[in-house]
Amino acid sequence: MTSAEKYVTAAYLVVLAVLLAYLVIYAFKLSRLEREAAELAELARRRREAERAPEPEPDAEEVAP
Amino acid sequence: MGLALAFYWVPDAPLEGFRQRIFYIHVPVALTAYACFGWAAWKALRLLWLRDDRYDLESYTAVHMGVIFGILTLVTGSIWARTSWGVWWSWGERQLVLFLVLFLFYSAYFMLRYSVEPGPRRARMSAVYALFGVVLIPVSFLAIRLAEGLIHPVVFDRDVGSNLAGSQLLTFLICFAGTLVLAASLYANELTGKRVDERLRELREALS
Repeated sequence: MTSAEKYVTAAYLVVLAVLLAYLVIYAFKLSRLEREAAELAELARRRREAERAPEPEPDAEEVAP
Repeated sequence: MGLALAFYWVPDAPLEGFRQRIFYIHVPVALTAYACFGWAAWKALRLLWLRDDRYDLESYTAVHMGVIFGILTLVTGSIWARTSWGVWWSWGERQLVLFLVLFLFYSAYFMLRYSVEPGPRRARMSAVYALFGVVLIPVSFLAIRLAEGLIHPVVFDRDVGSNLAGSQLLTFLICFAGTLVLAASLYANELTGKRVDERLRELREALS
């Protein structure tokens, strides 16, 4: 492999490496977004269940010993 | 396809020989960086003109893409300089320095953006900055043609394409189209990611 061929190959490989690095970073970002979306969905589900749950009757406490 | 053509189809350039093949990645990447910065300025102008803050994220994403392609331009240009001129960088060449200035100007955009609280003020300041930067694009582009003591090659002059053979021009155009499509795809993905991030933040604030 001549010197020129090495440099040309290096130039193309650098572009490929930067793009791959970008894709890896973007994949991490996507997984973070997915995790956050799942947390928010869980939070919303708990809140909905808390709203649906019946209020404790005030008499029940008075009867209890 | 562009890569295959660049490596296996186009003939070696008469003066530069095999190393001229860096041209098919360096120039499309550089032109794409200019296009990204130009797109960012256009979105910034829309923001200032229409007072619509949704253009802020679009302008920011375009600057982000432009900086990535700017890094690639500097690195591939540096490799080409090393193999052609024997040096990695030449401070005496105005066109190189002007591109570096353009790149550093848009890199500083992020410092400005993150030094201001999110909101309409930050959006307007970022838009004005992105708009100012676009002035450097024609200066940087024309410097290659106007510089004295030129060692940077000029491929497209007034008689467009006259310095390229037919196969070289076709390969260049395919590589340029591919790079533009790549940049557009990355821009769309990045913009979607940023929008989702913003919506999730709003949702978190609403639920907390």
